[in-house]
Amino acid sequence: MDVSAEAKRIMAVSISKLYASRAQRGGMRLHRSLLLSVVMRSARDLYHSACLAKEREELGTAHLVPVTPEEDAMDTTASGEQVEVEVSQVEPEPESPLTPTIQEPMSFDSEATQGACKTRTFIAKETVEDKENRSPVSPDRHSRKRRGKASVAPDFLPSKRARLSLELGEERVLRTGGRTCCRAGDVFTTLSLNSNRAIAAF
Amino acid sequence: MAGAGGGSNDVQWCFSQVKGAIDDDVAEADIISTVEFNHSGELLATGDKGGRVVIFQQEIENKPQCRSEYNVYSTFQSHEPEFDYLKSLEIEEKINKIRWLPQKNAAQFLLSTNDKTIKLWKISERDKRPEGYNLKEEDGRYIDPNTVTALRVPVFRPMDLMVEASPRRVFANAHTYHINSISINSDHETYLSADDLRINLWHQEITDRSFNIVDIKPANMEELTEVITAAEFHPHQCNTFVYSSSKGTIRLCDMRASALCDTHSKLFEEPEDPSNRSFFSEIISSISDVKFSHNGRYMMTRDYLSVKIWDLNMESRPVETYQVHEYLRNKLCSLYENDCIFDKFECCWNGNDSVVMTGSYNNFFRMFDRGQRRDVTLEASREGSKPQQVLKPRKVCADGKRKKDEISVDSLDFNKKILHTAWHPQDNVIAVATTNNLYIFQDKVN
Repeated sequence: MDVSAEAKRIMAVSISKLYASRAQRGGMRLHRSLLLSVVMRSARDLYHSACLAKEREELGTAHLVPVTPEEDAMDTTASGEQVEVEVSQVEPEPESPLTPTIQEPMSFDSEATQGACKTRTFIAKETVEDKENRSPVSPDRHSRKRRGKASVAPDFLPSKRARLSLELGEERVLRTGGRTCCRAGDVFTTLSLNSNRAIAAF
Repeated sequence: MAGAGGGSNDVQWCFSQVKGAIDDDVAEADIISTVEFNHSGELLATGDKGGRVVIFQQEIENKPQCRSEYNVYSTFQSHEPEFDYLKSLEIEEKINKIRWLPQKNAAQFLLSTNDKTIKLWKISERDKRPEGYNLKEEDGRYIDPNTVTALRVPVFRPMDLMVEASPRRVFANAHTYHINSISINSDHETYLSADDLRINLWHQEITDRSFNIVDIKPANMEELTEVITAAEFHPHQCNTFVYSSSKGTIRLCDMRASALCDTHSKLFEEPEDPSNRSFFSEIISSISDVKFSHNGRYMMTRDYLSVKIWDLNMESRPVETYQVHEYLRNKLCSLYENDCIFDKFECCWNGNDSVVMTGSYNNFFRMFDRGQRRDVTLEASREGSKPQQVLKPRKVCADGKRKKDEISVDSLDFNKKILHTAWHPQDNVIAVATTNNLYIFQDKVN
């Protein structure tokens, strides 16, 4: 899908920039890192929602709920910076958290051709991530060793993993999301959580 | 000699001088990072990435045909690269800002800052020296006291003018994040320095402490949503200052209200146009510069695509908005990839607040005449640099139908950017910094 490819590309570019900024003279710039992570989250959200939409299409269990423009005012940017599960700005869902209930209307293609990248509200993203961000069960969560295929970065990303927080001497925020990633190829969650650390590490 | 200062169409801008190497191969240390006129306009200071400050002085000439030229007055190394051992980080020597202090005596004072340290420099002239010491030769060698048979009183004799720059104060260790602004208070005693998350208030004489007046650091850094991008004191009210954010808001604070000004007195914010929403909306709404007008009634902000003038009495929206290079709105994705979208453009007012100026790409800079509602695009280039040559207005063509003398958006050179400009406080003299050259333009004197 055009939009998801675009979102994926922007995510890859953002991540490379975040990695590259570590080597910058003068250290990481907070403002720049913040802006990069904002863009990355928007792209990730769009990508996720596009994937979900595609999946649901395939499963044939689409729930279509229209999203008003006001709702996505700043939430993909503002709440994107906050802890993942904050959905206060969006209508609460009656169904169980694991069932995605908001779906992006299938209007990607026309917008993609216009070249505009619109962001949308993603409750689905929030709930899926919830699952990924649950408290770690495994004892070696401090370990930096790679855990499996799911956490191996795809080709288009730099090979080095981020060691942002240690470099800057701040206590590392422990998150294991992505290491127990349930969906193959869903590395964006892993890498975008590193962006959390990019900010947290300052 | 108050300048007309008005009418970008009435004024014909002419090339006056260009400073810097002609080389296309730019040394990184030579990249100009700040430009500032002093309060009289007689002195023009530039800072570069190599930590050097170069001051130009306007020669006082009696010729009515042309304005005086600016020549090098003093050059000194303000900041050196440092290393933060605790964080294993290098601290760049790049001069982020220079601000002149109002002149009190024969010497000139300026504040210059890099990412972490602010320094107060005294620039003074020496044109006399004592001669006729009893125990020293003129070259400094000591005379054997036994050979001295008579005593004389040393006298001051004229010498070649020497300009000395000496660091008088070093204000260090007050900022965890990178300093983006300094601003001198109208009380002539204090100044503020702002980094990404905090603003500190200093006394010019006291270096070992500062007061923190704004702190927007969240308890949990993961909740960070915005940073401070610029800050400035009001030109007349010593209790008032503003700071801009990466989210496109400006907060005006009153230091009389409380010691910690986290709560603003006024919040200036324009609602976003939902039709313009994109991945990059947040980046382009980030304010890169904020400047009060000389009369203190307005302030100007610069974001990536526009310049906005705000009336301090109206918080809901700006009173004027000028598009600097709207043709870039469709190119945001490419500009993100080549990092140009992160460029921080500055802006400035002319002496009587009737015209504002800011830079763009391809070595273009833009002037907006507020009264006449007209704007002009000019170029700083070596091609247009014959003495007194009038600058020809430029035009960028956004669509495919390029007219003669127009430049298409795709031909713009995004490596040639004008981030720093300054306007003489009284006259129509402007200083425009390209990557490593400083252009001085003046209005045509008939």
